[in-house]
Amino acid sequence: MSYFRAENLSLHFGGLKAVDSVNFAMEKGEILSIIGPNGAGKSSIFNLISRLYDPTSGRLFFEDQEITHEPPYSIAKLGIARTFQNIELFENASVLNNLLVGRHRHCTSSLWQEILYMPSVRRDEKIHRHKVEQVIEFLDLEPYRDRVISGLPYGVRKVVELARALCTEPKLILLDEPSSGLNVEETTDMSFWIRDMKSELGITVLMVEHDMSLVSRVSDRVIALNYGKVLAMGQPAEVQSHPDVVAAYLGA
Amino acid sequence: MKFLFKTDYEDDIRLFPHSGYLWTYGTLLVLIAAAPFVLSSYLISQLVFVSIYAIVGVALLILTGFTGQASLGHAAFLAIGAYTTAYLQQFGVPFPVYFLTAGLLTGIIGAIVGFPALRLHGIYLVIATISFALIVEEILARWESVTHGNEGLRVKTIQMLGTTVPRDSAGFYYLCMGVLIVVILGAINLLRSPTGRAFVAIRDSETAAKSMGINVSLYKVKSFAISAAITGLAGCLFAHKLTFISPEMFTLQLSIEFIMVILIGGAFSLHGAVLGAIFIVMVDPFLTFLKDDIPGAIANFSMLMGAGAERAAAIEKSTAAVASANGLKGAIYGFLIMAFILFEPLGLYGRWLKIKLFFQLFPLYKRATFKRQKIYVKSERNR
Ligand SMILES: Nc1ncnc2c1ncn2[C@@H]1O[C@H](COP(=O)(O)OP(=O)(O)OP(=O)(O)O)[C@@H](O)[C@H]1O
Ligand SMILES: [Mg+2]
Repeated sequence: MSYFRAENLSLHFGGLKAVDSVNFAMEKGEILSIIGPNGAGKSSIFNLISRLYDPTSGRLFFEDQEITHEPPYSIAKLGIARTFQNIELFENASVLNNLLVGRHRHCTSSLWQEILYMPSVRRDEKIHRHKVEQVIEFLDLEPYRDRVISGLPYGVRKVVELARALCTEPKLILLDEPSSGLNVEETTDMSFWIRDMKSELGITVLMVEHDMSLVSRVSDRVIALNYGKVLAMGQPAEVQSHPDVVAAYLGA
Repeated sequence: MKFLFKTDYEDDIRLFPHSGYLWTYGTLLVLIAAAPFVLSSYLISQLVFVSIYAIVGVALLILTGFTGQASLGHAAFLAIGAYTTAYLQQFGVPFPVYFLTAGLLTGIIGAIVGFPALRLHGIYLVIATISFALIVEEILARWESVTHGNEGLRVKTIQMLGTTVPRDSAGFYYLCMGVLIVVILGAINLLRSPTGRAFVAIRDSETAAKSMGINVSLYKVKSFAISAAITGLAGCLFAHKLTFISPEMFTLQLSIEFIMVILIGGAFSLHGAVLGAIFIVMVDPFLTFLKDDIPGAIANFSMLMGAGAERAAAIEKSTAAVASANGLKGAIYGFLIMAFILFEPLGLYGRWLKIKLFFQLFPLYKRATFKRQKIYVKSERNR
C-alpha cells in the first residue's frame, strides 16, 4: 500500500475539467513534483487534497485512511500541511504569531484554562515556542521574529509560509510554487531546505513548480499535467523530454 | 532610547513585559481607587458608564477587532443581559447568581446567533446582526408577561453581603471597575492563548486558518458566544445603573455607539476599547456644555466685538438653536467615524503609540514610519 494515493480524481467547474481522472501514488519520504503549463490544474489538485474543494469524483487516501470526506481542518490534524501559490499569511500578526498558529493542531487547552491562563497553558506555550524556535533556526528567520507580516518583503513571506507549514510538524507537505517570485540565491536556499525537509525531518514532499532546474535538483519523480490530465510520470529528465510534455509547453 | 533584552520565552508570555508597565498600571489602579474621594458624583457616574461601555468595547473587540466578524447587534446582547437581571430579581435570586446567569444566557444566545452568521461576510453579516437586534427589540416590546412590553421593568438595588449597593454609591463604581478589570485580564489571557491566535488567523485568512487545522466555524461561534457573554455581564450592570429598562433603550443607535467605541479607540488593541469608551461617554457632557454655556459665551464675545445688544441676543438664539438641534449627536458621531476611518484608522490608541514612538526615537522619528501600515489598513479593511 502506498503512503499517499489519488484515485481517479476529478474536479469539474461546469464544463471545464480542471482535474480529469488523475491517478498517482507517493511513497513515504519521496519528493514528487507536479509540472504543467498555466491552468493545467496543479493548484486544483492541492485544493482537493487540502479539502478546500470537493472532488467531482474520485478518492484520496493518506496512510491507508480515506480522506476524501474529511473536513478541511482535520487534514492538518492528520499531518498534511501546505503553502499557497499567492501567499496566505496572517497579515496583521507578527511572524512569531503566524508560526504559533501552525502549532494549533497540537494545542489541547480548554477555553477556561486559557481565560485563567493556568500553569498548564503557560507550560504548553513554552513547548510550542520551543518548537517554533527550532523551525526559525532551520529556516534562518531569526531577524524577522517580531516583525509584522504586512511590512515584510515577498521573499521573506514565502519562507515564513513554509515555516508555518513546518510548525504543524507535518508528515506530508504540499508546496505550491515554492520558488515563484524568489531570486536565484533565495531559490538555491529553498532547494536546500526542501532536500533537508526530506533527509533531516523525514517529511514527504508534494510540490508544484515551474522552475525546471529546481525540479530536477530536488525531485525523485515528476508528474506532468495538462488540461487536468496526466501526460507523463517518472524520472525528472525522462518526463521533461517526453514528446507530449514538450508539445504542451510549446503550445502545440 | 530604551533597549529590551529577552533571555527567556517567558519574556514574551508575561502579562507585563517589563517593570515600566507595572508602574503605569499600578498608578492607574491607584487613581481608579482614589477617584470617588476626589471627583464629583456626576463624574463618578460618568465613569460608571465609561466602564460599562468599555466592557462592551472589549467584547466587540474580541469579535470584530480580533475575529473580524462585524456586529451591529450588541445593543440586543446588552438588552438580554439587562432583562435577565430584572426578570430574575423578581424571584429573589441573589446578585452573583443573576449576574453570572445574565452572562451565561447571553452567551448561549450569542452562540445561536453565531451559527447562521457562519456563511455571511462583511456587509451581509452587518445586516444579519441588525436584523437580530430588531427581532430582539420587537420581542422585548411584545412578550409582555416577561418584559412588561413598552412599560418597561424596574430594577432593584443590588443586595450583597447584607448591604445594599445603590447605583450612585462608590461601591457600585468599584463593582463596575472591578468587572471591567477582570474582563480585560480574561481577554488578555484569551488573546495570548491558542484561541486568540485562532481568532486572528480567521480574521486575516480563513483559507489559511482552515489549512492550519483551525475549525473555522467552531471558533467563529466561540467568538460570538464569548463576545455576547461579556456584553450580557455589562447588561446586568447597565440595568442597575439605569434602575429602569425598556425596549427603546436598546436601539440601533446604541449598537452604533459601541462600534464607535472600538473604531475611535482603535480596533486592534484592548487599550482602544477603554479610550474609545471614555471618548464616547464624554460626548454627552460635552454636548451639555455646548448647549448651556457656548451660546452665552458667543453672545458676550460678539458684544465685546462691538455688536449691539439686540444683535448679540439674536446670535445667542441661533447658536443655541444649532447646539440643541435634534440629531446633533448623530451628526457629530457620523463626522467622527468618517474622520477616524480616513485619517486615523488605528484609532486613538494608534495615535498614542505614534506620540510615544516620537519621543522614544527623538530626534530620529520619520513621518513614513506608519505610512505602509496605514495604506494597508485602508486598502484591506473594507474587504
Ligand atoms: N474556483 C474556480 N472556479 C472556476 N474555475 C476555476 C476555479 N479554480 C480554478 N479554476 C480553473 O481551473 C483550471 C485549473 O486551475 P489551477 O489553478 O489548478 O491551475 P494551475 O495549474 O495551478 O495554474 P497556474 O500555473 O497558473 O497556477 C484553470 O482553467 C482555472 O481557470
Ligand atoms: Mg497554480
